[in-house]
Amino acid sequence: MTSGTPNWDRQQVEQVIDSLKDKPGALLPILHGIQDVQGYIPADALPMIAEATKQTRAEVHGVISFYHHFRQTPPGSHTLQICRAEACQARGARTLETYAKARLGIDYHQTTADREISLEPVYCLGNCACGPSVRVDDKVLGAVTPARFDTLVEELTCTPLEVK
Amino acid sequence: MAIKVFVPRDTTALAMGAEAVVTSILAEANARDTEVELVRNGSRGLFWLEPMVEIETPSGRVAYGPVTVDDVESLFDADFLQGEQDHPLALGVPEEIPYLARQQRLTFARAGVIDPVSLDDYLTHDGFKGLEKALQASSQTLVDEVKTSGLRGRGGAAFPTGIKWQTVLDCDAEQKYIVCNADEGDSGTFADRMVMEADPYMLIEGMIIAGLAVGADQGYIYLRSEYPVAHQILNEAITNAYDQSYLGDDIRGSGKRFHLEVRLGAEAYICGEETSLLESLEGKRGMVRAKPPLPAIVGLFGKPTVVNNVLSLAAIPYILANGGQAYADYGMGRSRGTLPFQLAGNIKQGGLVELAFGITLRELVESFGNGTWSERPMRAIQVGGPLGAYLPESQWDTPLDYEEFSAIGAVLGHGGVVVFDDTVDMGEQARFAMEFCVAESCGKCTPCRIGAVRGVEVIDRIRSGERPEANAELLNDLCETMIDGSLCAMGGMTPIPVQSVVQHFPDDLIRAADTAGEK
Repeated sequence: MTSGTPNWDRQQVEQVIDSLKDKPGALLPILHGIQDVQGYIPADALPMIAEATKQTRAEVHGVISFYHHFRQTPPGSHTLQICRAEACQARGARTLETYAKARLGIDYHQTTADREISLEPVYCLGNCACGPSVRVDDKVLGAVTPARFDTLVEELTCTPLEVK
Repeated sequence: MAIKVFVPRDTTALAMGAEAVVTSILAEANARDTEVELVRNGSRGLFWLEPMVEIETPSGRVAYGPVTVDDVESLFDADFLQGEQDHPLALGVPEEIPYLARQQRLTFARAGVIDPVSLDDYLTHDGFKGLEKALQASSQTLVDEVKTSGLRGRGGAAFPTGIKWQTVLDCDAEQKYIVCNADEGDSGTFADRMVMEADPYMLIEGMIIAGLAVGADQGYIYLRSEYPVAHQILNEAITNAYDQSYLGDDIRGSGKRFHLEVRLGAEAYICGEETSLLESLEGKRGMVRAKPPLPAIVGLFGKPTVVNNVLSLAAIPYILANGGQAYADYGMGRSRGTLPFQLAGNIKQGGLVELAFGITLRELVESFGNGTWSERPMRAIQVGGPLGAYLPESQWDTPLDYEEFSAIGAVLGHGGVVVFDDTVDMGEQARFAMEFCVAESCGKCTPCRIGAVRGVEVIDRIRSGERPEANAELLNDLCETMIDGSLCAMGGMTPIPVQSVVQHFPDDLIRAADTAGEK
C-alpha cells in the first residue's frame, strides 16, 4: 500500500481546490472546503494543495498544523467539542470534561473504538451565559450536565457504548 | 389571519432547545387547526429566558420563556396565541422586562425584534439610514463624523476608530480593505455573535460606510469557525444585500462599489489579534506581525486596511444616521457611547446589557445579573476575557470605564463579565490562564511561547508546596518578562489574570501549598 490516507476521494478534493484556488488568500478556504467534504485533510492532498496555492508542502503542512480546527486523520462519525473556557468553568465544565472522558473512555484528540465520537476541546462557543457548552458537529448545546451528556451520547451512538 | 410567532434562531436559544420548541409549536398548531406564521428572530439577549417565544398581538408583542417542549401544550391551552398572560411562563411586553427596560440600546435596538435576514424588517426599523447619508457625503465628512462620536475600538484595545480611519483615508493606494474582526474568542463574550445573528445588516451597513469613508471597495468578515449559526445568517444576509444592490458594483444606483465576503477562521484564539488575523486571511499561519508598520498603512496583502471589531463597525450606522454627537452624548470621560456588557458564567440572569460607560461592576452583576446561578456567594469576577483580571469584591465598585479599569490594573476588553461563586479555586484559574496561553500562543516570540509553559510549571510547583515562596518570586519575574518582552497582547496580558490571583487571592495558591505540604 502506497497511500497513508485510504478512502479519500481525490476527485472531490480536486473539485474543491479548483473552485477556490483563485480567491485571494485561498489556503484557508481550501482547507475548510476539503475538511467539510472529507472530514479531514488527507496527507495525499497536500501536494495538490501546495501546487494550486503556489506554496511548498511544508508551508501547507505548517498552516494545517497551526490551526486546532484542521485534522490530519479521519474523525469519528461525530465530532464532540467541550468548551474549556472560563465562563463554562464557572458553571461546571471541569466536572463535565472529566465525566465525558471517563464516559467515552478516551482523552481529547481521540476517537472512540467504535469510531462514533471524536472528542476535542474548544475555547468558547459563545454560549457563555448558559454553559457548560458542548458542540456536536454544527449544533451547540447548553447547560450540559453529566446526565444530559449521557442522553446525548446515547442519541449519537444509537447503541450504548460498552466498556470492555 | 395567521398569528405571528417569534422563536429565535440565536445560538443560545438553539442550545437551550429552540428547534424542538418550533417543531412542537407547529405540530400543536396543526393539531388545533390554528394558523401560525413562524418568524425566526434573533435574541434580545435575555439568555436565562431562552428560548423566549413571542407572539404578535393587535396591541403589540408579548413574551413567554424559557419555553421547553413540555410547556407548549399548556401555552396553547392558556391561549398564548392571543397574548393571554395567565401562564407561569408569561413575561408580558418584552420591552417592559426590567432587564431590557433599563438598558440604553443603540447598537442592539433591533436585536430580537426583527427577522435578521429580512431586508424589509431592517428597512422598517431605520436600517440603511446611515448609508443613505454616507452615499451623499465626502469621505472626509464621514471620517469626521466618526471622530466626533468618540468611538473607540470595541475589540479590547480601545483605539479611536476615527483616527484609524483617517490614517487609511490618507494613504494613497489603489486597493484598500475593510476587515471586520469577528474572531470573538474571549470567553464570556457573545456581543459580536449577537450582532451577526440578530442584526447582520447593521454590520454590513457599517462596513459599506467604512469602505466609502476610506476608499476601500473590498471587505472581509473574519469569522471564527466556532460560530456556525452566525456564519449561516451572515451568508444569507450578504446574498440578500447583493440581490438588492446594497453590495456590489453599483450600490443603490450611486455608482459606488463595495464587495463583501465572510472568511472562516479555524480555531485559533490568536487570530483575534489584528496582525495575526491578517496573516490568516492571507492563507498563512496566524503569526503575529511586528508593529510598525501599522495595518492601517501596510495591512491585508500589504495594502492599507481598516481592521475593526464587529461592535465598532456595528456602531457606525447609528453614528451616521443620528450624528456623531448623538453617540458621544452617552458615556463618561474619554469612554463615549455605549458598551454592550455581557453577563456570563455563574450568573442567574446572564445576557447582554448595553449601557453607557460608567455603571459599576457591582450594580451590573447584582441588579441585572441578580446574583449567582448556583445561588452561592460571588467570589471573583473576571472582566475582559481570558487576558483580563479577576476582581475581588473590594474592586466591584469600580465604574466600567476604560481608564478606571486601567487604573486598578484591570481591563474592560470586549466587555465580557464572567462571575464565579465561592467554590472556585483561584489557583486553578491562574494556572488555566497560563495553560490557555500554551495552547493558543502563535509561537513567534519567546516570552509568550516559552513563558507560558514555564508559567504552568511554576504554578504547579507552588500549588504542590514545592518551595512556594521562591517559586512565587519566580512566577512574578516570569510575569514581568512576559509583560515587557512579548510581541502582542497574548503574552503581554496573560500575566494579568495570574497577577490578580497572586495579589487578591493569595490564599488559594498558598492554601493549596499548605494542604500538599501536610501530606
